[in-house]
Amino acid sequence: MNAGDTAFVLFSASLVMLMVPGLALFYGGMARNKNVLGTLMQSFIMLGIITVEWVLWGYTTAFGPDHAGIIGGLDWFGLKDIGMEPSAVYGPTIPHMAFMVFQCMFAVITPALITGAFAERMKFSAFMLFSILWATLVYNPLAHWVWGIGGWIGKMGALDFAGGTVVHISSGISALAAAIIVGKRRGYGSVPFIPHNLPMTVTGAGLLWFGWFGFNAGSALASNGLAANAFVVTHVASAMAALSWITIEWLHRGRPTTLGAASGAVAGLVAITPASGFVGPVAALIIGALVSVICYGGIMLKSKLGYDDSLDVFGVHGLGGTWGALATGLFASKLINPNGANGLFYGNPGQLWTQFLAVAVTWIFAFVMTSIILKVVDVIVGLRVTDEDEEGGLDISQHNETGYSF
Amino acid sequence: MKKIEAIIKPDKLDEVKDGLAHLGIKGMTVTEVKGFGRQRGHREVYRGAEYQVDFVPKVKIEVVVDSELVPQAIGLIQEKARTGQIGDGKIFVMSVETVVRIRTGEMGKGAI
Repeated sequence: MNAGDTAFVLFSASLVMLMVPGLALFYGGMARNKNVLGTLMQSFIMLGIITVEWVLWGYTTAFGPDHAGIIGGLDWFGLKDIGMEPSAVYGPTIPHMAFMVFQCMFAVITPALITGAFAERMKFSAFMLFSILWATLVYNPLAHWVWGIGGWIGKMGALDFAGGTVVHISSGISALAAAIIVGKRRGYGSVPFIPHNLPMTVTGAGLLWFGWFGFNAGSALASNGLAANAFVVTHVASAMAALSWITIEWLHRGRPTTLGAASGAVAGLVAITPASGFVGPVAALIIGALVSVICYGGIMLKSKLGYDDSLDVFGVHGLGGTWGALATGLFASKLINPNGANGLFYGNPGQLWTQFLAVAVTWIFAFVMTSIILKVVDVIVGLRVTDEDEEGGLDISQHNETGYSF
Repeated sequence: MKKIEAIIKPDKLDEVKDGLAHLGIKGMTVTEVKGFGRQRGHREVYRGAEYQVDFVPKVKIEVVVDSELVPQAIGLIQEKARTGQIGDGKIFVMSVETVVRIRTGEMGKGAI
C-alpha cells in the first residue's frame, strides 16, 4: 500500500463528490425560479440514493467477480470482503475501500446528469424510482463491461480512462430517450424559458471544473506522472473548449455569453474524460476546440428536431462524450500510457474502430434500457407532474417549499 | 391632496429622490416594476436560442403631496428623470381622499 496513492485517491473521491452539488448549481441556475429547489434536489439527493445502492449491490455488480463478461456477482453485497487491504486488480496500491468509494462518486453523478433532460416536469417519486432502476440496470452493467475485470468491452480493447462511455455517453443518450418519452415542458417553443440565476450556473461550472481534476487525474489510481498528465489535459481541453464556444457564439449570435463560456468549459471536460490518461496537451487543445463546434451544432439541431432536452444533456454529454471517445481512438499514444494503446495518428487505425464499437453499444444499450425503465416507471407511478403542478412549479408541488422568499 | 405616480428609469431614482427632498417632499414609496410604452425591449440569447424580452425594468415612485406643490414636483421629476431618449417614463397625478398617520391618528394635510 502506498500512502501517496491512497491520499490522492481519497482526495480525488472528495473532488468528484463536490461535482454533485456543483452540478446541482449548474443545472439549478438554468432552470426557472419556481423549479430551482426541485432541480437542486434531484442532483443533491442522488448522493443519498446511489450511495446506498452502491454499497448494497452497485459496487459488487459493477466491479465484482465476473459472470460471462456481462455482470459482477453479489459476492461483495454490502461491501462484504471490501476492506482496507488493496484489491489485487483495482488500485493495487490503495485500500480496496478507497477504490470503492472513488467509484461510488462516479456512480452517483452519472444518473444526476440525466436529470437535466427532464428538468421542471418530472414527479419526484418517479425520479427516485427511475434513478435507482437506471443505476442498477444501465450504469452497473456498463461499468462492468468497460472497467470491471472480465468486462467484455474492456476485453475488446476499448479505452475509457475516466468515463467517456460509462458516464457521459450513457447519461447523454439516456437523456435523449428521457426527453422524448417524458415529453416537452408546457409552453416549450412559445413561452421563453430563461435561466433564472446564471451566477449560480457559473459557480456550478467552476466547481465542476475543479472537481473534474479528481474525476480524471484520480482515475490514474496513483499519485504519479499519469495523474499529472490527466490533470493537465483536463485543464487544457476545458480552457480551449470555453474559448471555442464563445468564439462560435460571437460569430453566430454577435456576443460571447457567460452561459456559453460555462457550457464550453463543461463540454471540454466531458470530451477529455475518456482520453485523459492516453493523450497529450496538443491533442487536448484539438479535442477542446472541436467539442464546442460539435455540441453547439447539436444544440442548434435540437431546435430543428423539436425535442425538449431542457438542459442539453444529450447536446453536451452525449455528443461531447461521443467525440471524446472517438478522439481517444485518434490521439491515444502508448508513449503517454504504456498500458493503453495507440490511436489512428500513432499508426493504429484499429483503435478507432474499437472505440466506435464501444460507443455504438453504449448508445443502443442506454437508449433501449432507459426507454424501457421509463415506460415501467410511468405505469407504476406516472412520470410527469400534473399540468397545474408544472405551472405552479416543482418547488411548491413536490417539496412544499419556495426557493426564494425575499 | 394629490398622489403623484412617476414611472422612471431606475438609474434616475437617486436624483429624483434628492430633488424631491429639496422641495420638502421627504417621504415616498418606491417599487421596482417592469413595463413598456414606446420603448421596445431587448433580445437575450441563451445557448444560441434567441428570446425577445418585451418588458423593460423601471422604477415607480409614489408620493402624496399638498395640491399646491404638484406643479413644482412634476417639474422637478421631469427635470431630473429626463434623458431625452424614448423610455424616460410618465407621470400620473390623482386625487387623494384621506391621509392618516398610523402612529398618531392624525388626518389630512398634517399627516402627509
